[in-house]
Amino acid sequence: MAYMHNILELKNIGYSYHSLHGETKALKDISFGVREGEFIAIVGPSGCGKSTLLSIIAGLLTPEEGTILVNNPDGTLHYPKIGYMLQRDHLFEWRTVYRNVTLGLELNHNMTKERLDVVDQLLEDYGLDKFRDKRPSELSGGMKQRAALIRTLALEPQLLLLDEPFSALDYQTRLFVSADICRLIRAAGKTMIIITHDLSEAISLADRIIVLSGRPAVVKNEVTVNLTLADDSPLAARNAPEFQQYFNMLWEDMTHEN
Amino acid sequence: MKTEPGKKLTRQEEFVKMHRRHHHEIASWRTILFVLFLILWEVSARLKWIDSFFFSSPSRVAQCFIEQLKHNSMLSHIGVTLFETLFSFLLVLLFSLLVSTLLWYSTKLSEILEPYLVVLNSLPKSALAPLFIVWLGTGTKTIIVAGISVAIFGSIISFFTGFQQVDAEKITLVYTLGGSRRDAFFKVVLPGSVPILLSTAKVNIGLALVGVIIGEFLAARRGLGYLIIYGSQVFQLDMVITSIIVLCIIALIFYKSIQIIEHQIKIKFKM
Repeated sequence: MAYMHNILELKNIGYSYHSLHGETKALKDISFGVREGEFIAIVGPSGCGKSTLLSIIAGLLTPEEGTILVNNPDGTLHYPKIGYMLQRDHLFEWRTVYRNVTLGLELNHNMTKERLDVVDQLLEDYGLDKFRDKRPSELSGGMKQRAALIRTLALEPQLLLLDEPFSALDYQTRLFVSADICRLIRAAGKTMIIITHDLSEAISLADRIIVLSGRPAVVKNEVTVNLTLADDSPLAARNAPEFQQYFNMLWEDMTHEN
Repeated sequence: MKTEPGKKLTRQEEFVKMHRRHHHEIASWRTILFVLFLILWEVSARLKWIDSFFFSSPSRVAQCFIEQLKHNSMLSHIGVTLFETLFSFLLVLLFSLLVSTLLWYSTKLSEILEPYLVVLNSLPKSALAPLFIVWLGTGTKTIIVAGISVAIFGSIISFFTGFQQVDAEKITLVYTLGGSRRDAFFKVVLPGSVPILLSTAKVNIGLALVGVIIGEFLAARRGLGYLIIYGSQVFQLDMVITSIIVLCIIALIFYKSIQIIEHQIKIKFKM
């Protein structure tokens, strides 16, 4: 996979939470780049500020220190269009599946035929076509995540942010769904940053893993994942000979504070 | 569900049958209880265990009701009370929806107003009725205001609490998809609060009726509340008890109507 350029570059990002009891430093001096088409996993101990970092990248929070740089191929400084997938699918029960997946377009007043055709194609590709007039509760866990993905992709983002997605699913479903969703995102040619506390998930899904320390979070290690794979599925990745080595290495990083 | 004669019921059919039998049983007991009460009441009055001058009896109530229908204007009294209650109820819904929306939009406003709402909600609203009479005179206006005053504050608090209970992540979702706070309200908060809006409405219609009757006690020449007060003043307790029974029926009809609307909405949105 040839990565052309950084779609996003974080430089010395710092962020603190403030309360009357004082300041809590969440992120300190975080720097890394994201190349186009790359899958990055961010792992770290719980409560280390992974979600804060993702919210900053998404533009929901403004960093207190540091900058986010964007190098578009044409040299402009346009922030990449970002799609954010939350921990749960959050499909609205009072809307049909179709009206759920078109929610983003509706909010952006962008219900053009062109965009709706894209949505129709995705519904068909993802096998949700016959469920378009059903309610979310009539879908299985995996289909709900697919619908949530279509809702995100409908806005044609360049970069997808996944904040511990699928964590509401049971283990078996989760294995299947995370593999499924990541395959679909790769097929759509998107760049992805995924937050997870599951090291196996990180190794099996990502090209590069960024390990954060406990609070205040700094980048403790960056690991490029190269697995010898029989095929390209994330489930196969778990059987790769290097898998255990990566796992042990990350485990060391996570458990040994400095 | 039809079953062929002689054919053994499947487990499913048996379950459905049991379920229906249970519901029939509950409904029958309800009716039996009511009929027993009427019989006991009638018999005690006939056998002079109770003084029917004070306690009336089912037959006297029926007689009074028919007489009122014929000679006086029972129907117009009922109509007045119904109109005033429904009007107060609709205004309560409208106002509290507006105010709670404003409170949701402005956290600061909701923080400022919170103690006022709590105090006004706990205040016995009947204490305000004499003031309303002085300010607005005796008549429909005062009664509708009394009806509104009983329900409005609790209704605002319930709506606002309902709005706040909407999953914060769903609101974040709207923001991540590029929506505004206005979108968050209309696409998530409002549709997500429909069940709470409906259950609050069910309480409110009863409260509006309470307020209207308080108002009619003090400031009316028509309506069931007036009829009750008038009846007690001229010692026509049949009239009082008849009016109370009519009120019971009205309350029941209100409650059932909203329950039916609730059911319809739930079916429509498959909630």
